[in-house]
Amino acid sequence: MEAHDLRAIANRMRRRDLHAVYEAGAGHIGGEMSVTDLLTALYFHIMNVNPLEPRDPNRDRMVLSKGHAALALYVVLAEKGFIPKEELSTFLKPHSRLNGHPNCVKVPGVETNTGPLGHGLPVAVGMAKAAKLNGQRWRTFVIVGDGEMQEGSNWEAIMAAAQFELDNLTLIIDHNGLQQGARLAETNNIAPLAPKLNAFGWKVEEIDGHDMDQICKAVSVETTSKGKPKCVIAQTTKGQGISFMSDNVAWHHKVPNHEQFEQAMKELEEAANEYAP
Amino acid sequence: MNMPLDPADLHDCRDAFTSTLEALAAANSDIVAVCNDSVGSSKLGGFREKFPSRLINVGIAEQNMVGVGAGLANGGKLPFVCAASPFLTGRALEQIKADVAYSQANVKLVGISSGMAYGELGPTHHSIEDFAWIRALPGVPVIAPADRIETAAAVRWAADHDGPCFLRLSRVGVPDILPHDHVFELGKSNVLMEGGDITLIANGVLTHRALAAATLLEDRGLSARVLNMACVRPIDAEAIVQAASDTAAILTCEEHTIFGGLGSAVAEVVVDECPVPMKRLGVPGVFAHTASANRLLDDFGMSPEGIANSALELIDRKG
Repeated sequence: MEAHDLRAIANRMRRRDLHAVYEAGAGHIGGEMSVTDLLTALYFHIMNVNPLEPRDPNRDRMVLSKGHAALALYVVLAEKGFIPKEELSTFLKPHSRLNGHPNCVKVPGVETNTGPLGHGLPVAVGMAKAAKLNGQRWRTFVIVGDGEMQEGSNWEAIMAAAQFELDNLTLIIDHNGLQQGARLAETNNIAPLAPKLNAFGWKVEEIDGHDMDQICKAVSVETTSKGKPKCVIAQTTKGQGISFMSDNVAWHHKVPNHEQFEQAMKELEEAANEYAP
Repeated sequence: MNMPLDPADLHDCRDAFTSTLEALAAANSDIVAVCNDSVGSSKLGGFREKFPSRLINVGIAEQNMVGVGAGLANGGKLPFVCAASPFLTGRALEQIKADVAYSQANVKLVGISSGMAYGELGPTHHSIEDFAWIRALPGVPVIAPADRIETAAAVRWAADHDGPCFLRLSRVGVPDILPHDHVFELGKSNVLMEGGDITLIANGVLTHRALAAATLLEDRGLSARVLNMACVRPIDAEAIVQAASDTAAILTCEEHTIFGGLGSAVAEVVVDECPVPMKRLGVPGVFAHTASANRLLDDFGMSPEGIANSALELIDRKG
């Protein structure tokens, strides 16, 4: 798919996400806006997944370790056909299978349950190792938040992935520079991340996490490196696409009021016009 | 412990675990072992020799170890994740909860050297909370085999079972108790001795002590039913209700804190279904003093004599 089309899809994903957050009265809209372009590129350009066979043994795996951005994943899974689009309006409703963090037992397309931070990467290492043991060519992708890199379990997994030479594993760090309560730099500043991952034996690439061309290239199989796991550090903006949310720590999990919703939707629709055929 | 046991008759259940796992792995190429630098203490040396690529040693990193196990299961493998029980269950409890239990990952958790097997190494290395922790998680059977026969049977069951489970193994030698053709059934206890005055319920390294206690009671003209209850979850409620009905007194014995383990699980059934006098033997809510595993069990009232004495008190109580 062309980058232009991917941008149009990402814009649509953002509007659906915004709508669902407004409707549910909850969500993690800042981080969902920052991760949407990454998810769109993976699901609509890179990954081999089939909603008709969600457990196909040869499917590519994607683990959203920053599970609090579940809604962004649900929106993408609905667009792909894993779940009905109408079901998005049940997000967070009593007995909905779409709760605040993704559940692989209930939601087709979800690979493992995430929510507590620092869980996705170790599981993804196990997936990639399984593919190696099986002699299969499917790939494993895992998206973590940058604040999440403060979890020690991630560094255990980073060591293991290098030791196991998992060149079929791609870690994408959604590096928006903000965590729940403050900037990373003011909390536990693990940046710069690239030299750390390099030192642990990974191939590292830093990109603009909202530039479709850069994302698609960085996660493509052609840019992997034999014997090394790959880390893509995606420089992103929390609240991307909505001016008053952008890079604003207040919008980690704030819910827009009616005026803010209208304003946000207007901005996204204006951007959508750019992608109109 | 004043038990006439010949060391030659005592067996380390880890050997039964690994020999069974190796035999299963020879027939099923999806079986892999995951460990945390514990090849020696988990007795996985033979497995590594036979299946070098299928021994996945993540180093000293238990959180990653359990996560990797869940990922391997997602990729179609059948992982046995082996580590000293205190570190497997304590350090990686959240991974066990989210990645294994909640995700229903087909991961077999094998807690090695559980209970107070590491006696003199002290409470950091004791695992007397693991029944309680893992039992609190939905969908993870908690199994403590009593001897090498039940260990082998439980490992075979685990490999066939589609879903997670926790096998709690010791390194402390125990005699053979169950018949050689024993087949493990989830949630089913075994009557090892029949009796009508009291029921002794035990598992793991306590089962043979409970049997010895029953023999002591016999010498005093009392008959005790002995139930080997390997499964702490699901608990064999039917056998507990039957025991309460038939013997009207229940004494539990476990190598675990008395808060939340086998005794608690039995007491939950007794309170709900069949109130009778009951006592729970175990570690009484303290960090243990320095001593060997067997000595600690004796010190906490679980020598055969100690168990028999508690049984006598309980029989008195029911009047």
